[in-house]
Amino acid sequence: MGDYPATDPSEPVELVVIGAGPAGTAAAVAASRAGIDTLIIDEARTAGGQVYRALPPEMPVTNAAGLGPDHGVGERLRHELSASPVRAAFGHRVWHVAPGGWVRAVGPQGLKSWRAQRMIVATGTVERIMPFPGWTTPGVIGLAAATILVKAQQVLPGRAVVVAGCGPLVAAVAAAILKGGGQVAAIVDLAGPGEWLAAMPALASRPDLLARGIGWLGRIRAAGVPIFFRHTVISAEGTESVTAALLQPIDDTGRPRDGRSRRIEADAIVIGHGLVPSTDVTRLLRLDHAYVPERGGWVVIRDEVCRTSDKRVYVAGDGAGISGALAAEIEGKLGGLTAAFDLGRLDHATYEYAVTEARPTLHRARRFGNAMGRMMALRTGLLDVARTDTVVCRCEDVSRGEIEAALADGADDMNRLKSWTRCGMGPCQGRFCGAAAATLVARPAGGREAAGTWTARVPIRPVPYEAFVADYRYEDLPFFTAGH
Amino acid sequence: MIRIQNVVERPHRVELTVNGQPISAFAGESVAVALLAAGIRILRLSPRAETPRGLLCMMGTCQECIVRIDGRITQACLEPARDGLVIDLGGAQNG
Repeated sequence: MGDYPATDPSEPVELVVIGAGPAGTAAAVAASRAGIDTLIIDEARTAGGQVYRALPPEMPVTNAAGLGPDHGVGERLRHELSASPVRAAFGHRVWHVAPGGWVRAVGPQGLKSWRAQRMIVATGTVERIMPFPGWTTPGVIGLAAATILVKAQQVLPGRAVVVAGCGPLVAAVAAAILKGGGQVAAIVDLAGPGEWLAAMPALASRPDLLARGIGWLGRIRAAGVPIFFRHTVISAEGTESVTAALLQPIDDTGRPRDGRSRRIEADAIVIGHGLVPSTDVTRLLRLDHAYVPERGGWVVIRDEVCRTSDKRVYVAGDGAGISGALAAEIEGKLGGLTAAFDLGRLDHATYEYAVTEARPTLHRARRFGNAMGRMMALRTGLLDVARTDTVVCRCEDVSRGEIEAALADGADDMNRLKSWTRCGMGPCQGRFCGAAAATLVARPAGGREAAGTWTARVPIRPVPYEAFVADYRYEDLPFFTAGH
Repeated sequence: MIRIQNVVERPHRVELTVNGQPISAFAGESVAVALLAAGIRILRLSPRAETPRGLLCMMGTCQECIVRIDGRITQACLEPARDGLVIDLGGAQNG
């Protein structure tokens, strides 16, 4: 991409960090402390990402004990960032990234453009929700969404809530709802008790977190909440809003099996089937990726210190595979130090010492996080909950039947499916139907690798039209004044 | 009452207009939360099948909560509730 004009208005910066969750924040702080001119960009108002999302300043905390330990970690990260020389562009949505270091965002003052010598991508994850009849009904929300409601907005998702899905967020959200004075109508876990037992040795590598989990379970038991292991929600009832969830036992793959179905009355269903690393930026940068189900799906290939197939780009945190928030922060620090080292601003001995020092903590954090990642790996049989008329692509209302008709007609990869059906073409850009669509394509195609991925396109997030429509003339555009 | 009590203070009340009707919320809440707390679940209809949709991801990814705020297509989950905002539900389908 050496063909940009000399009048490229991008502001030069040594390092751009995309995403201000635990990985991005730690990366930016570490690099800036090594003297690197660092800019961090995030859509949110402050650092923290989703896991450590800050409470709004308009709502002062009166009872910190009601918030749990994550609140303190988030406050520490935000303090470290504000005490560092990092420049922050909060409230900025990155919509364009190009190999060669270009990063473009839209913020309160309109478009901004930077050109970075090095880039650290720390874009985290999106939640996977496999489609089921009724999943578009208002009142069905993600587990991660419920976490934001309860922790960062201090609001319950409903009056009687079914909490369903897999991984640690199920118990975390249920316990948080109970603590907030809400009612949990049922907990529906894809995993069985045996899977949790098998994960115990890895979970014991972080006794503090294990103890938190046991605390959640204690609260859930004390409230008498029914727990359905090895079950899934096969249907949400209600037309204008959720009125009940229908549950069914499942097999190892997530496929519903014969057995007693149950109907639980609820006005909200909170559900999540694992986390998927956000690869929109890394695919746009044409980095090498691999399909690793136990790490969440397609992940960028990178080494222990976050280097990727492009020597100017590093990837840290869950965006490179699910390892959890603790590992993300350590990875971020390593990524920031590695960028500083590669820019020649950190001597070899100091760098090696820092990497060696971080290694055991990172290993423990990853052991825990990877065990959780395995619990949240995609169970492809869940797709069989979706009926022919169940919407898979919510943005464009594309049903499972329409997708399967396209597959029967020869749509043999994700991009062909998209152009034939519009599945994945709407404003979420395939983030919410991607896992289900790819699972369907993978069946005839012969696996997820053969199914491929949607081609990443700019803008990677919707940008308001008026951001591009400014008060200038055609000949003012730098692209056209530079050349001829 | 779905607002959790006794953890934070909500000192500033704000008034919004939703499809011509006034609702109250608190400064610091997103428009999505203000609507949820007011019992408004349906934010729009889907473009093709015209089925009711509400908030889903709360983090600016899914685009299910797009509504018109002061005439502009906006993600309700990312927009802070402010005094005097005029929200038009069901007006964002053709955006």
